[in-house]
Amino acid sequence: MAIHDYLRQRFFPHMWCPGCGHGTVLNSLLRAVEQLGMSKNEIVMASGIGCSSRISGYVDFHTLHTLHGRALAFATGVKLSKPELNVIVPMGDGDALAIGGNHFIHACRRNIDITAIVMNNRIYGMTGGQFSPMSGVGINATTAPFSNIDRDFDVVEMATAAGATFVARSTTFHAQQSTDLIKQAILHEGFSVVEILSQCPTHFGRKNKQGSAADMMQRYKDMTVPVGSQKKKDNPDLIERGIFVQKEAPEYCREYDKIIEQAMKG
Amino acid sequence: MSTQVKFVQGNEACVEGALYAGLEFFAGYPITPSTEIAELLARRLPMAGGKFIQMEDEIASMAAIIGASLTGNKVMTATSGPGFSLMQEALGYAVMAEIPCVITNVQRGGPSTGIPTHGSQGDVMQARWGTHGDHAIIALTASNHQDVFAMTIEAFNMAETYRTPVILLFDEIVGHMREKLEVPEPGEIPLVERLRTAVKGGVNYHPYLPREDGRLPMSDFGDVHRYNVTGLYHDMWGFPSADPDVVHGLIRHLVDKIENRANTLARYKEHSLEDAEIVMVSYGSSARSALHVVRDRRRRGERLGLLELQTLWPFPREIVRDKCAQAEAIVVVEQNMGQVVQEVKKAVDFPERVFLANRIDGVFITPMDIRKLLRLIQGKGV
Repeated sequence: MAIHDYLRQRFFPHMWCPGCGHGTVLNSLLRAVEQLGMSKNEIVMASGIGCSSRISGYVDFHTLHTLHGRALAFATGVKLSKPELNVIVPMGDGDALAIGGNHFIHACRRNIDITAIVMNNRIYGMTGGQFSPMSGVGINATTAPFSNIDRDFDVVEMATAAGATFVARSTTFHAQQSTDLIKQAILHEGFSVVEILSQCPTHFGRKNKQGSAADMMQRYKDMTVPVGSQKKKDNPDLIERGIFVQKEAPEYCREYDKIIEQAMKG
Repeated sequence: MSTQVKFVQGNEACVEGALYAGLEFFAGYPITPSTEIAELLARRLPMAGGKFIQMEDEIASMAAIIGASLTGNKVMTATSGPGFSLMQEALGYAVMAEIPCVITNVQRGGPSTGIPTHGSQGDVMQARWGTHGDHAIIALTASNHQDVFAMTIEAFNMAETYRTPVILLFDEIVGHMREKLEVPEPGEIPLVERLRTAVKGGVNYHPYLPREDGRLPMSDFGDVHRYNVTGLYHDMWGFPSADPDVVHGLIRHLVDKIENRANTLARYKEHSLEDAEIVMVSYGSSARSALHVVRDRRRRGERLGLLELQTLWPFPREIVRDKCAQAEAIVVVEQNMGQVVQEVKKAVDFPERVFLANRIDGVFITPMDIRKLLRLIQGKGV
């Protein structure tokens, strides 16, 4: 199937700004689905609220556009009630980690077979450029007019600590790597997290003098290195890309099937 | 043997009703005084091949049952006071996206953490208006275990029929009290099953286009029809829209499908109403004390009656007006500062004849509390 067969072209044009990285993430995601040869009927995409979450409206899967931060909780209900479905949850950084932080860590802990894609642009784009938990100290935002004092955290480290069994990171510059990581995340049995750094030239880039969308993508190229590279040891400020965690652990829906089996024996 | 007879808590009667109605998926979070519902379902659901999950909070519980409803399951959550507050966001989502689901709120005293182990009926208005924005809602209640069982089944049936969340507004007293419950044989009480679309794969299916009778056939996630579900105003495809005609049409549909059926949805019981000079209007545990007073006074020849409401929302205004038409005085008995009494005043022809008998100190309202007010109304003094 061609990529455009996965899109609901009736609902285009999309609502993202020129230069937004989210379209690139959508591209990487659809290529992953295409390369895996998945049927559209076996995929449920649940999303929350924000620019990233609008992805669900544009794809021709079973789509559930929910509440800010709650997508993983809705997705948990979908997955546990019908485990044969593949559940993919695109999320923004504020959506996943501020308002949805509790749902995020508990989804990691349960190890339910859902794929979370955190599209991290370090800003609340839809509401016009407020700082997010991923913005970090020193960033300018509409709610940090004198520079941000809120510390950020690392999605990869948090997902790992909370128990996710597949954790990876890529950027919109590395679109092919994103496709590869999303493929592996979908195939992984358990809760998987793929963080993709995605540029917001309109709100983050402009306020922080990072130039055009192309300039911001160039930054992703310059500031990231493959996991475990020597460059990272020499320069700790670099951000690693690739797979951080990939391990087997009991998956929640399968474990629940065993509970049913046990309960039905009486 | 055609029926099972049990001696149970009200919360267990709710569980029996839910299982009888075909509950398949429950998500919840522990909270007094509703916890027994989750505990019992954690055991009973997997025994019947269903699924139970304890979520990280009530927000997630409400979200999870919506997700599970979309894959074709009959779903429920149960909570109390503060948990019900947390559920309001996703409850509004279920209203907007028209998701069949049942939310049981075993009421305790509020506001805030309030008085967790004591009874109250303070959430009547929250059930109606707890989530933001104009909307309509169905809320049912019951005063005894047989009715808790019956109303729980009604809740599932109404949720499926009208594609809407239905709230079961029980209270701590009924929830924790023990009394007899008869569980009928399967098939004795009619059940409403999910209405699924007859549209074949490859043909356009519109998830939000009502049929002529107003019902909207569904398609399970994972089945041949792929569509969008959103909490935004949406068109017949489920795609977000800010078109004024679409917005107006949808909010009218959401409200009218329930408010225009207030009489159809009304469940109530009449006790000695035929010649009553004083009509009491009550519901839930309060109705037990009111009924006691009616029986007691009738033995003495006084013409007292009770209208026991089981549907609280949409408020059965015409029925209340009709049943109270001949009354010299109307006494609303409830355990709050006067929530249903305001609705009764709006409904009847002579609102100045409506009195409130209530108790707000966490103690169950007794027949004596009601008698005191009756004496005042009757000019007999205390």
